[in-house]
Amino acid sequence: MLLLPAALVVFGVVLWPAGRALVISFLDVDSPFPGAYPFVGLRNYTDILGNPRFWAAAQHTLYFTVASTTLEVVLGLGLAHLLAAPMRFRWLFRAIVILPWALPTIVNGAMWRWILNAEYGALNALLTQLHLMGDYRSWLGSDPFLALNMVVVADVWKNTSLVAFFLLAGLSAIPAELGEAARIDGAGSFRVFWRITLPLLRPTLAAVLVLRVIEAFKVFDIVYVMTGGGPASGTQTITFLTYLQAFSAQRFSSGAALAYLTVVAVLMLALIYLRLLRQQEMRAS
Amino acid sequence: MRRTLGALTASTLILAPFLWLIVSSIAGQTDLLERPLHWWPEHVTLSRYREIFTGHEGVAAQFRSAMLNSLIVGAGTVVISVSVGTLGGYALARLTFPLRRTTLLSFLVTYMLPPIVLIIPLYLLMARFGLLDTKLGLIIVYCSLATPFALWTMSTFFGSLPVELEEAARVDGCTRLGALVRVILPLARPGVVATTLFVFLLCWDEFLYALIFTSTSDAKTIPVAIAEFTGRNAVDFGLIAAGGVLAALPPVLLAVVLQRHLIAGLTTGSLK
Repeated sequence: MLLLPAALVVFGVVLWPAGRALVISFLDVDSPFPGAYPFVGLRNYTDILGNPRFWAAAQHTLYFTVASTTLEVVLGLGLAHLLAAPMRFRWLFRAIVILPWALPTIVNGAMWRWILNAEYGALNALLTQLHLMGDYRSWLGSDPFLALNMVVVADVWKNTSLVAFFLLAGLSAIPAELGEAARIDGAGSFRVFWRITLPLLRPTLAAVLVLRVIEAFKVFDIVYVMTGGGPASGTQTITFLTYLQAFSAQRFSSGAALAYLTVVAVLMLALIYLRLLRQQEMRAS
Repeated sequence: MRRTLGALTASTLILAPFLWLIVSSIAGQTDLLERPLHWWPEHVTLSRYREIFTGHEGVAAQFRSAMLNSLIVGAGTVVISVSVGTLGGYALARLTFPLRRTTLLSFLVTYMLPPIVLIIPLYLLMARFGLLDTKLGLIIVYCSLATPFALWTMSTFFGSLPVELEEAARVDGCTRLGALVRVILPLARPGVVATTLFVFLLCWDEFLYALIFTSTSDAKTIPVAIAEFTGRNAVDFGLIAAGGVLAALPPVLLAVVLQRHLIAGLTTGSLK
């Protein structure tokens, strides 16, 4: 009884559409109006797998995911240590670190687009005024790979703080006595980190890594606002391509098939993660 | 010493882009387009903020109506998904029924499902019912994002409360619903607060659905308004910056003031 409203909402706006999308991916739906659309079997899927644009988008998505999550976890680990350390004005430091997380993604993207602006941007001004760079350059508009990296920078700037707060929770669960005991036995801070903190932090690290990978894999909004997929489609990700197929080209079926390929990839990631976790547990026992 | 230095470096890297956004929002147009750039503008103006709050037409007025839409849609989604999630979360945490674990896991999976999968059929459905470009339509789709999340966090939260309290209440003659309302809900308030906040921030931040389901100022939310204006060629960046600062204000204030709630909710909700 108590669960009924929840079940209705979830069924109505999640499960039904998810099933419907699967059906659409086997049809050829090319307009938003109801009607009888032909059944085409797996053709939408084979079309996508044979399309070089898909593989390019997959490559960008993979690069974005690996680069941004790696940086976020490494920097987040450092930041979490700083957040945990006793210091004066710690409350202020924590409030500052939470800022990027709270900043809406679109505002973050617009902000970086402005900072990286080719003619008036603050980064160009800063680097030339410090004589680190001779002339202004176009960060987002000429070199696709440079633009993709700049999107990574903006994403890392925003999401590192989230990762840091997750890891902070993991760090505070580790008893301080362990580190102290190791120090008394003569271990340096690096060894304490490597031998004690890191292994104990592993479950938290794994969880936050998977969460970030799944989020990064679905990336859309920051790309949309920073580069619009360009230059030369060099920052198009899979979700971005799906959006273009379904809503610019009105090829809804092709979009649905693409979306399901994303689902398969996300499920595979989740399975790999569960497998890794089980192996770790088995080794531990 | 090393730590203070690290904290200072991190704070600078975090604050610099943010401060530049604020400076850009109050700098005169000529200051923004200067080369070489001055870091502190010669003309400081609040005209863009004034325009957003009082303007009748143009982009500034669009920003205002978008912000209002965001507020309404966020509030509507919070009311539905948090009440539904509280009831459902309690059921999942306390009652035993067949497939309980499967139900719980399927809610988690739906939360991880890429939204783009749901968008296509929902779009076709909304088009049929005339719900495109309405706030109601947006509230309905946001519930698909928020309800699984609210269910998951609330059931974790209820699970962490001692069962004995309810049992005592029921021994004293409360019905199950009575025990929920009189005993459990007051205890669960921190969980409800955290969930409410997260759902609101989720709606405030959401972009993909809003981009596809809205097209005019009737329902367009603030992220869509900002993205759309940013994408145009001749751009008054100062105005975008002012809109951005205003859009950032509610979540930033909430996050800073309710830091402890947020961090606790963040970690219990998604890690356990």
